[in-house]
Amino acid sequence: MLHERWELSGSVALRPEPFGALAYDFDSRRLTFLKSPGLVRVVRALGDGGDVHDALIAGGVPQEQWPRYLEALTRLAEHHMLRPAGVAA
Amino acid sequence: MTMVEPRLVERFEQGLDAPICLTWELTYACNLACVHCLSSSGRRDPRELSTQECMALIDEFKRMQIFYVNIGGGEPTVRPDFWELVDYAVDNYVGVKFSTNGFRITKERAERLASTDYLDVQISLDGATAEVNDAVRGAGTYDRALRALGYLADAGMKDTKISVVCTRENIPQLDEFKAIADRYNAQLRLTRLRPAGRGADTWGELHPLPDQQRQLYDWLVAHGEGVLTGDSFFHLSAYGEALPGLNLCGAGRVVCLIDPVGDVYACPFAIHDRFRAGNVREAGFAPVWRESELFTELRSPQSGGACTHCSAYDSCRGGCMAAKFFTGLPLDGPDPECVKGNGAVPASVRPQPSQDHSHRGPVRNQPVPLTLQTRRPERACDENPLAGLRG
Repeated sequence: MLHERWELSGSVALRPEPFGALAYDFDSRRLTFLKSPGLVRVVRALGDGGDVHDALIAGGVPQEQWPRYLEALTRLAEHHMLRPAGVAA
Repeated sequence: MTMVEPRLVERFEQGLDAPICLTWELTYACNLACVHCLSSSGRRDPRELSTQECMALIDEFKRMQIFYVNIGGGEPTVRPDFWELVDYAVDNYVGVKFSTNGFRITKERAERLASTDYLDVQISLDGATAEVNDAVRGAGTYDRALRALGYLADAGMKDTKISVVCTRENIPQLDEFKAIADRYNAQLRLTRLRPAGRGADTWGELHPLPDQQRQLYDWLVAHGEGVLTGDSFFHLSAYGEALPGLNLCGAGRVVCLIDPVGDVYACPFAIHDRFRAGNVREAGFAPVWRESELFTELRSPQSGGACTHCSAYDSCRGGCMAAKFFTGLPLDGPDPECVKGNGAVPASVRPQPSQDHSHRGPVRNQPVPLTLQTRRPERACDENPLAGLRG
């Protein structure tokens, strides 16, 4: 996933919260928790046009934590909270 | 809702910037008179929020990024502006799930609902047979609920919810409820009977018996996330494995209720002055949610009281605040349905209700309660209705 381009799905909205953010998918009605402010920064940075690697750097995530972040991003992708970038809504 | 990690639960206890689960009761008016109504509904309150006030509130939900609201009542569809408000909300990306008894869901309305995005419908059904349902909800209500489910299914509505309040009479019917849900392409939602509103008067006769609680828990574990619960059975997690969802009292932390006159309460089961945080007519909803004295108190560290030393406390977190309050139990002690049997309901007086919108005269479809045993049990601890009967 590291060198792939992903972005937030068009039907998903993020709401900032003290622990990170709530992500709500208006289509599936699914609520997911982004459990750290770092993960929220990375997810938002995914929309900037680069790949996941770029977003991790933009989000200021130390490299030793990347595996944990990739795991969280993979889970978001499995739940269709993220979609491959560049695909029309 | 998905499983929530323990660390996140602690964050939830400190409250969120906006609720996750907001219930908004649009009216106290109702065409029925269910014996367990949480809000003692029946008569419309003349101070009800106007259409304009409701729309302003929806605007505020949108600003606060409240993604969806659970609309109820009373029977919300009796408000003449109900469909207008639903359209206004979904057009503003505030999704709506509304609860209804189904009387006003016509074939045409069902088709319209099926073609609206961000909209969920929840039909109340408290028995898998007319006999069990109508005893609680009123004559003819079973047929009308099923008729509405039929219209919705025919219109192609997906995942209509069938909302069941679990009682002593209907827990033996769980498999039948599931079969009804499957038949109508619907999703089953089971919730806990609370001793609130008129439910305070009927809870003693209707709440599940201890062995039924266990049966319910096992059934929920077996069905997992396929059956919705509104996370309302977390007191049963003390049996062992945690149930899916949020296993803590969300009152004032992730949950709240706005009533028809704009009063904000800590949760839908706590319509009482003790749990009233403020009113949206003063300065809107956000200040009440974020700054009210009551919600600040509910988000501060709570004492488990008598429960602290119980091995199951981490699972059940002491149970439901409203259930304790309305049965006269201390808020920092066990739930009246504590599965360890620690929540004996005191004989002392229950708190007086602080409001009642019940119909004063007879109501069409009046429930006819099942005949209850009038013979006194031979011993105070006899729960089995057959105890003492000679074959």
